[in-house]
Amino acid sequence: MSDTVRMTYREAVKQAIREALQADPRVFLMGEDVGKYGGCFAVTKGLLDEFGEERIRDTPLSESAFVGAGIGAALGGMRPIVEIMTVNFSLLALDQIVNNAATLCHMSGGQFPVPMVIRMATGAGRQLAAQHSHSLEAWYAHVPGLRVVEPATIDDARGMLPAALACPDPVIVFEPISLYNMEGELTAAASDVKLDGARVHRSGRDVTLVTWGASLWRCVAAAEQLAADGIEAEIVDLRSLRPLDDATVLASLGRTKRVVIVDEGWRSGSLAAEIAMRIVEQGFYDLDAPIARVCSEEVPIPYPRHLEEAALPGPARIVAAVRGLFSDAR
Amino acid sequence: MPGEFRLPALGADMDEGTIVEWHVGPGSRVKRGDVVAVVETDKGAIDVEIFEDGVVREIVVQPGTRVPVGTVLALLETEGSPPAAATAAAGRGEGRTPSPAPVGEDAGGVREVSLAPPPASLRARVSPAARKRARELGVDAESLRGSGPAGAVTLEDVEAAGKVESGGMRAAIAAAMSRSKREIPHYYLSLAVDVTAVTDWLAAHNASVPVTRRLLFAALLVKALALTCRQTPGFSGFHRDGRFEESAAVHVGVAVALRGGGLVAPAITDTADKPLEVLMEEFRALVARARAGRLRASELAAPTIILTSLGEGSVDAVFPIIQPPQVAIVGAGAIGARPWVVDGAVVPRQVLTLSLGADHRVTDGRLGAQFLARLAQRLVDPGSL
Repeated sequence: MSDTVRMTYREAVKQAIREALQADPRVFLMGEDVGKYGGCFAVTKGLLDEFGEERIRDTPLSESAFVGAGIGAALGGMRPIVEIMTVNFSLLALDQIVNNAATLCHMSGGQFPVPMVIRMATGAGRQLAAQHSHSLEAWYAHVPGLRVVEPATIDDARGMLPAALACPDPVIVFEPISLYNMEGELTAAASDVKLDGARVHRSGRDVTLVTWGASLWRCVAAAEQLAADGIEAEIVDLRSLRPLDDATVLASLGRTKRVVIVDEGWRSGSLAAEIAMRIVEQGFYDLDAPIARVCSEEVPIPYPRHLEEAALPGPARIVAAVRGLFSDAR
Repeated sequence: MPGEFRLPALGADMDEGTIVEWHVGPGSRVKRGDVVAVVETDKGAIDVEIFEDGVVREIVVQPGTRVPVGTVLALLETEGSPPAAATAAAGRGEGRTPSPAPVGEDAGGVREVSLAPPPASLRARVSPAARKRARELGVDAESLRGSGPAGAVTLEDVEAAGKVESGGMRAAIAAAMSRSKREIPHYYLSLAVDVTAVTDWLAAHNASVPVTRRLLFAALLVKALALTCRQTPGFSGFHRDGRFEESAAVHVGVAVALRGGGLVAPAITDTADKPLEVLMEEFRALVARARAGRLRASELAAPTIILTSLGEGSVDAVFPIIQPPQVAIVGAGAIGARPWVVDGAVVPRQVLTLSLGADHRVTDGRLGAQFLARLAQRLVDPGSL
């Protein structure tokens, strides 16, 4: 156990940013309230004192402007980490991300890559109401030219940022709001984290739960309940939402023959739909039951705690979906 | 009432069968003896003949459906039957026609587990993995009772069925032989016969004809047995409802061991009346079709007595078990050189041990002994066959 250190997800992200700032003078952090306030989720607390205003830059409330500035800095040879408070607010910078960051390398015939990292919080679970709680990862995962990742574990929170900074493409890193306070063990594996590729988080023979982000832990809870009933769930943590790692999902399906996709996004036009379609295209004859999805209810995420919980794809709904794939006898 | 074509019992212990294909459709004119359908049973795919002349009005049971013996498979217009409205209730798809359920509404009503059954006209619910495995195992997945959600047939169901089906022939033999040993008081007799004259005759005959017309010893045995049955009543026929009925025609069934294990005993019909060449030809064809799993229904149901020959093996004698509802079975061991006393001297002769398993409810040992002796007499005089 001497190889592991216990820490929060928030601390793991902070350590990753600090190490990047220490390791590469081209790296700087910019965003709303990242400096004096320490980040609205307290991820960057203390970094201003340590690295100074040149490298920890508070910006005006103008997402389009500071994301655009980040793109310019990346084109100019810097390695910017741009923080957008939540994915909801990132919509104000959608033009910069989709029309510029994602396209410039392609439109310049490879002459102008945009090596920037855009971090943003995503998802519900903290009673932050509809303007701060949505999961819009699927919209970014739709866009060629972007890389989209979502660390769900302490190791990935610590290890994906350096991997993202090493990538020549713009990388969107989604950090689930509800995981910042999660404590876990940082292992030696964090020093060798890949940017893409899914990972089997838990092995099981009966059903595959495909998920990512905060829903990973909902699946873990559901898998424990199911195990008590003799149903062993295998959990695939996608980690990367663009590109998607079809091979790991299909290999798992080959073992279990049943799939439930757990997606905190809304079901209509969701990543869950995309994943299901890929399974049908490539793994149809391995399916022993219809593909099931557990997604957020199709409402703006509510503020009251009981309604917020009811809207999310919680363990009870995952368990019910899995049971629905087996006969009544199971 | 129009004529009804029902699934016949294609063996003593057949309870149900699966229609594999129809050779006729509505409007087809059929006459007695025509092969109209292929039915899958424990004994393999069997061509089923129709028993009366007429015109097919309606196919009631569709291919892929497993139905019990006696189920109406098709309706016929037969001579003298007034055209009537179709009366038979179609049995197709019974039990797996899902009833439509309301599909969830959008805007909040959509549930993750959308198991609303498809419209009733869609095909049976078999998971893709189950369908694929069923093809590999040769299992008819659509005929299975599904254990999955909403009655869907799953991989597990198919694999379970695959195990049963590969053991189906074994189960059929077990059922028939258990019934035989339970119900029939067997007695056994055996007789060693010097068949040197027969084997010599056969060698000479085969040397004088083209390869295609050569005879096997089994053909002589089949013919001799049929003639003996005609001469000695009490062995060729059926014991049913507490009484024996001698069969007017003698149909000798030939036990054929199958390569995949198991055995069947299809009949060479009207055995006694056919010349050796014809018997030989039919015997070859029968064995080939038995091994290919393509026997006719009449061939399996017809035997009035069975010959089981282990001639290619090395055993001296067979103690055969009667296949109900028959009342006798004749066994032949391997022909081999044995010391034999001829005119007071021990000389090597080709010897065959014939055996008889017979039903004591019908005959006694004395008649059985006479039967075996007559069979031996005929056999050693191949010219009379």
